Amino acid sequence: MLYDIRLSITYTYPGSAVGGRHLVRVMPLEVAGAQRLIAGLLDITPRPEEREDGTDFFGNATSSFAFRGAHKTVGFRVQARVERLGIDPDLQLSLPLSALATALNDHAELGPASPLHFLAASVRVPPNAALTRYARAALRPGMTAAQATVAIGQALFKDMAFDAKATTVDTPAAEAFAKRRGVCQDFSHIMITCLRGIGVPAGYVSGYLRTRPPPGKPRLEGADAMHAWVRAWCGPALGWLEYDPTNACIPAADHIVAAYGRDYSDVSPIKGSLRISGGQKSVQAVDVIALPG
Amino acid sequence: MSNDARSAAAAGALEVPRVKAQAKSTANSGLFADYRPLPGVPDELVDEQGQMRPAWAGLIDHLSGLTPAQIARDFARGDGHLADAGVFFRKYGDTSIAGRDWPYSPVPIVLHDTEWTKLAAGLIQRADLLEQVVADIYGPNRLVANGHLPAALIAQSPEWLRPMVGVTPRSGHFLHFVAFEIGRGPDGRWWVLSDRTDAPSGAGFALENRVATTKVFPELYRDSNVHRLAGFFRSFRDTLDGLRQNSHGKVGILTPGPLTDTYYEQAYIARYLGMALLQGEDLCVVDGALKVRTVQGLAPVDVLWRRMDGVWADPLELNETSELGTPGLMAAIRAGQVTMVNALGVGILESQALMAFLPSIAKVLTGQPLLLPNVATWWCGQRAERDHVAARLHKMIIGPAHGTRMPYETNAAHAVAGTLHHGPDPADDMDLHDWFTDNADHLVAKEIVTLSTTPVYENGALVPRPMTIRVFLARTDQGWQAMPGGFGRIGKTRDNAAISMRNGGAVADVWVVSDAPVAPASLLGRANAPFIRAEPGALPTRAADNLFWLGRYVERTEGIMRLVRAYHSRHAEMANETLLALIRDRLKTYGITPDEAVPAGLRSILGSAVYSAGNIRDRFSVDGWAALQDLQKSMTRIAKTAVPGQDAALVLSVMLRKISGFSGLVHENMYRSAGWQFLTIGRSLERAAMMADLLAAVVTPVATPDAPEGALDLAIEVGDSIMMHRQRYAVVTSRETVIDLLALDGQNPRSVMFHLDVIAHRVADLTGGHGQKTPVERQVLAVQTAVALQAPHTLDSAALRGIHGDILDLSGALNGAFLH
Repeated sequence: MLYDIRLSITYTYPGSAVGGRHLVRVMPLEVAGAQRLIAGLLDITPRPEEREDGTDFFGNATSSFAFRGAHKTVGFRVQARVERLGIDPDLQLSLPLSALATALNDHAELGPASPLHFLAASVRVPPNAALTRYARAALRPGMTAAQATVAIGQALFKDMAFDAKATTVDTPAAEAFAKRRGVCQDFSHIMITCLRGIGVPAGYVSGYLRTRPPPGKPRLEGADAMHAWVRAWCGPALGWLEYDPTNACIPAADHIVAAYGRDYSDVSPIKGSLRISGGQKSVQAVDVIALPG
Repeated sequence: MSNDARSAAAAGALEVPRVKAQAKSTANSGLFADYRPLPGVPDELVDEQGQMRPAWAGLIDHLSGLTPAQIARDFARGDGHLADAGVFFRKYGDTSIAGRDWPYSPVPIVLHDTEWTKLAAGLIQRADLLEQVVADIYGPNRLVANGHLPAALIAQSPEWLRPMVGVTPRSGHFLHFVAFEIGRGPDGRWWVLSDRTDAPSGAGFALENRVATTKVFPELYRDSNVHRLAGFFRSFRDTLDGLRQNSHGKVGILTPGPLTDTYYEQAYIARYLGMALLQGEDLCVVDGALKVRTVQGLAPVDVLWRRMDGVWADPLELNETSELGTPGLMAAIRAGQVTMVNALGVGILESQALMAFLPSIAKVLTGQPLLLPNVATWWCGQRAERDHVAARLHKMIIGPAHGTRMPYETNAAHAVAGTLHHGPDPADDMDLHDWFTDNADHLVAKEIVTLSTTPVYENGALVPRPMTIRVFLARTDQGWQAMPGGFGRIGKTRDNAAISMRNGGAVADVWVVSDAPVAPASLLGRANAPFIRAEPGALPTRAADNLFWLGRYVERTEGIMRLVRAYHSRHAEMANETLLALIRDRLKTYGITPDEAVPAGLRSILGSAVYSAGNIRDRFSVDGWAALQDLQKSMTRIAKTAVPGQDAALVLSVMLRKISGFSGLVHENMYRSAGWQFLTIGRSLERAAMMADLLAAVVTPVATPDAPEGALDLAIEVGDSIMMHRQRYAVVTSRETVIDLLALDGQNPRSVMFHLDVIAHRVADLTGGHGQKTPVERQVLAVQTAVALQAPHTLDSAALRGIHGDILDLSGALNGAFLH
């Protein structure tokens, strides 16, 4: 599937902002065998005094840039053309849940895709006994790691309500779970906590989601959003299995990956540090346009 | 030790501290004879045969020749010095700026230098080994690939900073300054208890303890061939200077700020070494290079001695919740623009679990066994180790595998000798075995080692207490050098866990003594080098800001005290409601109600002064800080007892003398640096503004012909100008005489004019004072001129109010010109 992706985020500072430094991860990723970045451009206005594009530990594309003087707005615009292959993973390849620990023990490698990064507590995913109990309750004897992942994802989809008002970007997973409400970030953090709690390495995926308008209605311009889902390590043969708990599906052609990390803080699209007086506002517009062909 | 004593020890009798009746109250010869080491526990003073170790002879002789009263007097000198110097430590999580007193034990721990040399060799081997390990962990990862280090152990560590993977430090080394906590085990050998690599603290405390010890034992110290510490610090300072690649670049000390538990020490070391103490917000990164914001603009920083844990150093690439760090610092490190001492990421070496693997890694990497063993350690993330530990839970200390401190020094759940101490999470409420089984992957177990004891003077006797020593090593161009001494920590009770200072333990100096005289050393350079006057470095803007506000808050405290005193002395006379209302109104603008003798609002303003001062303790005198703290303590004390009325007026007079003492110390003793300029500007600005405000209230409001009765005298009293007024104007007090003396007289240090002149001079000094005037100079000049052009009969309350506002506006202008 071919897509044109457009993202535009504008921050405005009613006072003014001074000396800002930002780190962004918004560009769709090149994922061998699953996703190809054909062309991509990140535009920043006003023109920053410094800009450096690079790659972080997990292989995500980063841009860091800085403004020296005072400014009233900062705008980011991404334009990218991506080919996404919607290949269904072969869940038969998964190890049984009970065999995962031994496989991990044999893993003597610390490259970016190593599952070992994704088992321990991370900044936004501390262990949580209640979530571990919840995850165990979703399991049946003899399950594979992949079946466990799907079962937990489906349970969360059933028990949680999507609610954009219930949480903020900084709400801890345990709190969102207690409310049984939240957005894709909360669903993902909760699911990661569950999976790590039962010994399955799990990470956070940020990206873009193609939304389909109701039958007969046109696609609304700019109404898409950045999205987040989960990936779980199911043994050396299957490797990483992605799962979207907000939509209870295994991501295929409609999900476009931007970054992989342990949790949101590894992949947050925009991190910034600047001195502002008088707060800030931001406006975001995302379009994921499927191209014919 | 007498035969009696030995047989008592052999019989397992417990040590009983006892105060022996003194023979004729002259000497204290029983001090050693009565010392009872614990059975089966090695002791620093007494060897296995019950004989005194020779290195202690001088010290014990000296103490034995003193009466208890003399000992008490000498020991008090040490405490006195530490209190005067303001040494304190802060309990972790304590948010007050003041900290608590220093638990100093005056009897040093004494080691002979032949033993020390062996110890140092072992620690140097360990430092080299740790360098190799950390370079591998962030580099080729061969230890993991070859199975010498479990990959999961690295991956799970919160101290493994992924942005550092693949980065080679500019200096070529990750480690430049390390510390090791060591103790002597039951077999008499030294053991390494923990590795401190990330931001080791304690070297400055060791120095302070040494200074205290020289006060307690001045002659003895001089004559005892004790190795000096200054040479070590000189080499380290030279090394830091040598790490610079840009000769204009500065060497700074990076601190997490005044709320960290060892801030005192950081400020002390900064003063001692003559380096800038910098917080994350002092720094910024421009085009990949690290800069410090100063009142003269950005200045390059080339080397940072880091006293902040690595994870907090850069909120953009490391822990995003950090408010202590500098955004972009990681980028500057990657670009090779700065050397960090130590490199970011070395905190992983402090991981308790790593100790389980070091003995075998030592053999793999160096072909040698560890010269100094570390405490036997098992990482329970592996099956065989887990089973081994599970069968011996009661013989172990068990805690978080990635913890960087001994488990009993943390708040996390841990077990000691079979007793589980729960962490903060109530879900941990389970029995030891279940807890261990559930959490084994994240636990490390360490063998419980009984530590050697050292004598502590308590209730007139020497008693044995467990001890550890923190030893410091610096990498110089001749390789690692160990500080000949250390930071001794002593348990409050016989329990090893009681050694930690937060558990009430004490600290002590460590003497390494030689049989031959040692070379004296000081921090001063070589004798033959030409003298060069060191110029003060540019003042960081944060420090300038704090000094400015310190000046303002101290002055405000004084001004308010004068107003409150005036209120209470008049209140008692039940005189004049109008006048009392006038004072109340003035006080109200500062958030003060004078119903109490020492109003809470006044205490909080003084608290702000102490807070500002606490932020910049490296920049003003120890005496000044002591005076300020003294004032705060007396104010807190007096507030509890003083009653409104004359009593209040009296105690406020006492406190006014104390605050003048502070101002005197600062202004008499402070170097006329940019820092002093900001302090002075803050003080003058506040004094001018307060006086303008008061005058506006007491001189005739336009509508009424007369000020309230006594209002003019009030102004003269609050302006501390009664004598001067009497001498100058042999007439009754009038509106004109008051205005002239307190607003317009440029020679009266209480007048508005005087302080506007001061501000103008100080600002001119800061800007260079020549060439075209800067906007802030023009703004100061405008206010100064406006006042200078007034005559006593033209300056009415409306004009004074305008001047008051203009003076306060200068604060913002100064801020814009120098402090952003």
